Amino acid sequence: MIRLREITRVYTVGEQAVHALDGISLHITAGEYVSIMGPSGSGKSTLLHILGLLDRPTRGRYFLDGEDILSLDEATQARTRREKIGFVFQFFHLIPRLTAAENIALPLMLAGVPATERKARVARLLEETALSDRARHRPDQLSGGQQQRVAIARAMVMSPSVLLADEPTGNLDRHSGEEIIHLLERLNASGLTLIVVTHDPTIGRRARRQIQMEDGRIIADNAKEPAS
Amino acid sequence: MKAGDILAFSQKTLRSHRSRTLLMLLAMAMGVAAVVVLTALGEGARRYITGEFASLGTNLLIVLPGRSETRGVAPGLFMGETPRNLTVGDARALERSSRVRRVAPVIIGSAHASWRQREREVPVLGSTSELLPLRHWKMKQGRFLPPDAAARASPVAVIGANVRRELFGARPAVGEWLRLGERRYRVIGILATEGRSIGLDVEDLVIIPVSSAQALFNTPSLFRILVEARTRDAILPVRNFILDTIQKRHQGEKDITVITQDAVLSTFDRIFQALTLTVAGIAAISLAVAGILIMNVMLVSVTQRMAEIGLLKALGASRRHITLLFLTEALILSFIGACAGLLVGEAGSWLIARAYPALQVTAPPWALLAAFAVALATGLLFGLLPARRAARMDPIAALSRQ
Ligand SMILES: Nc1ncnc2c1ncn2[C@@H]1O[C@H](COP(=O)(O)OP(=O)(O)O)[C@@H](O)[C@H]1O
Ligand SMILES: [Mg+2]
Repeated sequence: MIRLREITRVYTVGEQAVHALDGISLHITAGEYVSIMGPSGSGKSTLLHILGLLDRPTRGRYFLDGEDILSLDEATQARTRREKIGFVFQFFHLIPRLTAAENIALPLMLAGVPATERKARVARLLEETALSDRARHRPDQLSGGQQQRVAIARAMVMSPSVLLADEPTGNLDRHSGEEIIHLLERLNASGLTLIVVTHDPTIGRRARRQIQMEDGRIIADNAKEPAS
Repeated sequence: MKAGDILAFSQKTLRSHRSRTLLMLLAMAMGVAAVVVLTALGEGARRYITGEFASLGTNLLIVLPGRSETRGVAPGLFMGETPRNLTVGDARALERSSRVRRVAPVIIGSAHASWRQREREVPVLGSTSELLPLRHWKMKQGRFLPPDAAARASPVAVIGANVRRELFGARPAVGEWLRLGERRYRVIGILATEGRSIGLDVEDLVIIPVSSAQALFNTPSLFRILVEARTRDAILPVRNFILDTIQKRHQGEKDITVITQDAVLSTFDRIFQALTLTVAGIAAISLAVAGILIMNVMLVSVTQRMAEIGLLKALGASRRHITLLFLTEALILSFIGACAGLLVGEAGSWLIARAYPALQVTAPPWALLAAFAVALATGLLFGLLPARRAARMDPIAALSRQ
């Protein structure tokens, strides 16, 4: 479902060109559980941003469900992001003035889903993430683990086909981190494609497919099913 | 994204930044209120002035001898004929229309007035009892000219306040005999009205019956005939009636000019309308200032909310969504600000109207509408730049700012 071909991302800082990604080719099939590991600055986040259509590569092509996604206009890309891709960040990124339920409902609101249907879907996700009793709490009234669960519920509320998580446990204690990983794995088990960026090897090794990056290149990929 | 959701989201944002929101609302409200109060003042001044003019005599027509085109040159002189004079008979004839409420012939001259040892030169006005209601004058003491003033040259006089003071001092004037030239007139009343009328200071006048004035000045001809139409709509028909009637009486000669008060009034009306527009325009500048404030505060807010904008984009918001969200905020601000401004402006106008009851200080509906529309347009215009900046923001850069 995801196919990257020779993706390069160059940042120009002053006179210097930094190759954040240097010719990445990658094939990820639906339902895979992929971890991306590597030292800081190796290009993991940049890769995830390009996969999530938040950033454009300097060169290379990106096919999502067979579609040359980078050739589409801004509004269509925004819509693809909304409908097919879920994002989870290290720092949760919840809107502080909104309640947990309102935060989760944001993508539905952007998609123009009517309020009654929104309510039902949000309630279902609150339940799935064990947050039903926290629906009306604001982010500052929630623990880190709870906030990240709200973020996951928000990422899942549009039933995307792929979930991109950038260091989802990076800001959590060990216990909460494990909780989050279990939740993500449960979602993967029910069919979601899961891509997790982490520098924690104990978390990275849980994934069936592990990709190792360094200096903007993939240096190891244990793909069980060889990429075609 | 649904309109209701956009509204709800923007409103929540505005509420969570209370002091900033209040500041912007205040600026907008003050701008709108300034427009409302200033146009109300302008409108009040306009009404006051036109009202004052109207009080000189409503629905008034002034008949002058001579045609306006030929006045000054008087071509009749070369043809061996003088322009025909207006007479008391002409004035009488003008009473014969149901559209005419009253007619007052006027003779003006000047005479030497004296009482005992005191004397002075006074303007003398000869007319009839109709003059008092026609000019909306008031009596201070005694009564005005008798009803038969046109027919009988009774030796009576009504005097203005200055004449009374200068000739009679502290002594009672009514009932005394006043000398004008070689003749004596009994003072029957004193005018309360002061100020100028037909180019004369009312308080300096001595008014005598028109027939007495004809005798005093030894002339049958009138200076003017003042005609009051019954209604405003009747002014034009009455004008035609006057022209026809006098033409018939003057052997087919069109030798008079009729001036209507309407022309003068509408000039003043236009001047004050322009004045009101000018002050409203100046007040509108404060609206623009409010707009610029909104723009600045929103630009700061865009920077402060970078993470949120980046997040919304990551959640699938398009540029259009972001633009809409920020524009809606600006619009809500200007809408509520404008509403508050209208209320404050109306309250201000009301207070001024209470303080100066002579001025009818109320903003005209067009001004309210215009202030409202300009406020919304300002919000939209100055909200556009921040909204576009937010929409163009790179989501990664926006997200990593935490
Ligand atoms: N906006 C940017 N401008 C310049 N260089 C950047 C920018 N973002 C990332 N980089 C560089 O690209 C490289 C990869 O960064 P990143 O993908 O964030 O690494 P990781 O997530 O693996 O730590 C790093 O060398 C980083 O300095
Ligand atoms: Mg990173």
